[in-house]
Amino acid sequence: MLAELSYWQITSLRVAGGLGGVLLVAGTLVYLHLFKMVSFMQSRLGPMEAGPFGSLQLLAEVGKHLQKEDIFPRKADKFVFGAAPFVILASTFLLVAVVPAGPDVWFVNVDTGIYLAMAVSSVSVIGILMAGWGSANKYSMMGGLRATGQLIAYELPLILAVVGVVIQAGTMNMQGIVAAQANGEIFGWGGIGNPYILTQGVAFFVFMIAMQAELTQAPFDMPIAESELVSGYLTEYSGMRFLLFFIGEFATAGVFASIAAVLFLGGWWAPIPGLAFDDNVWNLLGPLLLIGKIVILTFIVFWVRFTFPRFREDQLQRIAWKFLIPIALANIVVTALFKVWF
Amino acid sequence: MTDISDRQQLSYIAAQAADARVNLELETEGMTLNIGPQHPATHGTLRIIAKLDGEQVIAADPVMGYMHRGYEKLTEVRTYPQVTTLINRIDWLGSFANEVPFILAAERLMEVEAPPRAQSIRTILFEMSRIANVVLFLGDMAVQVGAVTPVFFAFRDREHILNQIEAVTGGRFHPNFDRIGGLKDDLPAGWINETKQVMKKMRSFCDEIETLVLGNEIFQARTRGIGVIPADVGLSYGLSGANIRASGVDWDVRRDNPCGLSYDQVDWKVWTHPDGDSFSRFWVRLQEVRESTKIVDQLLETIPAGPIMAKVPRIIKVPAGEAFVETENPLGVMGYYIVSKGDLVPYRVKIRSASFNNMSISPWLLKGVYVPDIITILASLYFILGDIDR
Repeated sequence: MLAELSYWQITSLRVAGGLGGVLLVAGTLVYLHLFKMVSFMQSRLGPMEAGPFGSLQLLAEVGKHLQKEDIFPRKADKFVFGAAPFVILASTFLLVAVVPAGPDVWFVNVDTGIYLAMAVSSVSVIGILMAGWGSANKYSMMGGLRATGQLIAYELPLILAVVGVVIQAGTMNMQGIVAAQANGEIFGWGGIGNPYILTQGVAFFVFMIAMQAELTQAPFDMPIAESELVSGYLTEYSGMRFLLFFIGEFATAGVFASIAAVLFLGGWWAPIPGLAFDDNVWNLLGPLLLIGKIVILTFIVFWVRFTFPRFREDQLQRIAWKFLIPIALANIVVTALFKVWF
Repeated sequence: MTDISDRQQLSYIAAQAADARVNLELETEGMTLNIGPQHPATHGTLRIIAKLDGEQVIAADPVMGYMHRGYEKLTEVRTYPQVTTLINRIDWLGSFANEVPFILAAERLMEVEAPPRAQSIRTILFEMSRIANVVLFLGDMAVQVGAVTPVFFAFRDREHILNQIEAVTGGRFHPNFDRIGGLKDDLPAGWINETKQVMKKMRSFCDEIETLVLGNEIFQARTRGIGVIPADVGLSYGLSGANIRASGVDWDVRRDNPCGLSYDQVDWKVWTHPDGDSFSRFWVRLQEVRESTKIVDQLLETIPAGPIMAKVPRIIKVPAGEAFVETENPLGVMGYYIVSKGDLVPYRVKIRSASFNNMSISPWLLKGVYVPDIITILASLYFILGDIDR
């Protein structure tokens, strides 16, 4: 179906899909998790007035933030301060580019897809450091520095966890990883394919923890730490720019969850025996399946976020270097050995 | 040393100078972080000036007085019954507890004693205001450590207590219910059974906090061994209440000197903890809430019949003299020193509030900790700004 369209039609579809895939998913996550799920956990209702069950609350919030004055602190480095939210948002959009949502529903299909994703995900560190530095605020500065140390430390387990999957799939292409799971076998049994959460469970565990830290959600929310650093690098932001950070946070959560879904849960494909559809059906069904998996994974992220207290900076580094990285390395070794033997 | 040539001497001086230059260049500049007066962790207007090296605190200095309301002076122009309205606002989370020591001191000067029924109800309300206060601490401590959810549970369950206090006194936060010689009113019908139900809810809240916060490994990693107060240091700084009991000092004014309150009629336990760290302060307070519910339950069974007001003159004039009464308030030992010249108004009132002394240890305690631990330690010391500044 998509193949009949001309190049520019496909391109504009992909751009629109990318925007929608980031913003709509982010909005859904804000409503489902931040507004509703957390409210129910904390024995309250959450927003109920704007739209049915408060579903339009986010639009109201966006409207509120757009009306607010765009305040620059007097001593701020104006360019750095102003550009920081866009850097973070750019990182998110670059990240979503490699995530496939169906046999033909993809934005870019590069051979080194997951490699590209891991590379551009570090760009957000620069944005956070810019925000911390540019604000000319001691709390922001400390938040920015904490974020940098934390994100660099947790890049490693994140990448090492991915390496296990890449070894098993034999490809870095995201579509290839989905196909490898759909056609895979668990020790010769291929009844439901091989969603890598089954054979790469350890890597999934490490990936989810590292992802929590990359998203700076509690228990790894040291950079924001609203009870000690006020709001860390977000302290001085208001209005539109704060909104960009806010959307960026949830969009990044959605995009990281989609990468985790592709790597470990089979992406747009579903592990049901005897499931054989036409590509056109997968093109429609795939995005829905992927969004469902994103919602489940982000549910875990926000469930943990609103349950656990936060670590101290040194404890957080200790977990990364002394716990997660050795586990991920051991996982790589074991995966490689099994890959050679079977 | 005479055979050192000029050349050697010069090179030695040059090396020294180079060393000094390097030291000067490598010396990092400390940062002064101004925590407060507007800061989410100080829940009020406490200001802490912290000198930092990286994230480590070199020196911390609390600045108090942003919310000073001059209650000690104001009491000098108010009659004794009017004073309770003011002092309600000292520790605003457990307001009834503020009234009791003042009323007891005034009663001692007037040589009246509240009837047994009033004493019993006074003790019940005293303990209920303790529960209302400390329950919020249990939630708030979790927030300061980074978990957002428990504080909502705390607010949810504190509501039950506040409803019961409101049913008796008419005020949720500021009951203004205690009178010299007794209480303003008797209990409403059906209140005793309702309160027993509420005490059950509070006990289940404690269990919930125990699993959600106290048992959490991250919480323990953040609080165990942090902010350790040895017993002698704590005593020398005048710490009281759960803060000093968490350091292993078995001192509770309720048990040791229950003047005018019916703590000697019930079976309860004073909990202490040997560690003296932030965790043990949280743990002791959690046990205290449980003990308080037990005290209330037992007292509800045995409220004596009789009047709730002793015979006192319509216009209260307190005879000349001095009296000091202290009680074990939610935040620690609180006492009022009243000097009377036989007037309608006190001549002088000195308020010994617990948080002021509890905060005074903070420069000693915060030296050398990391910035995140400042917040944990302050939260575990548990101060209320009104109680510091009065």
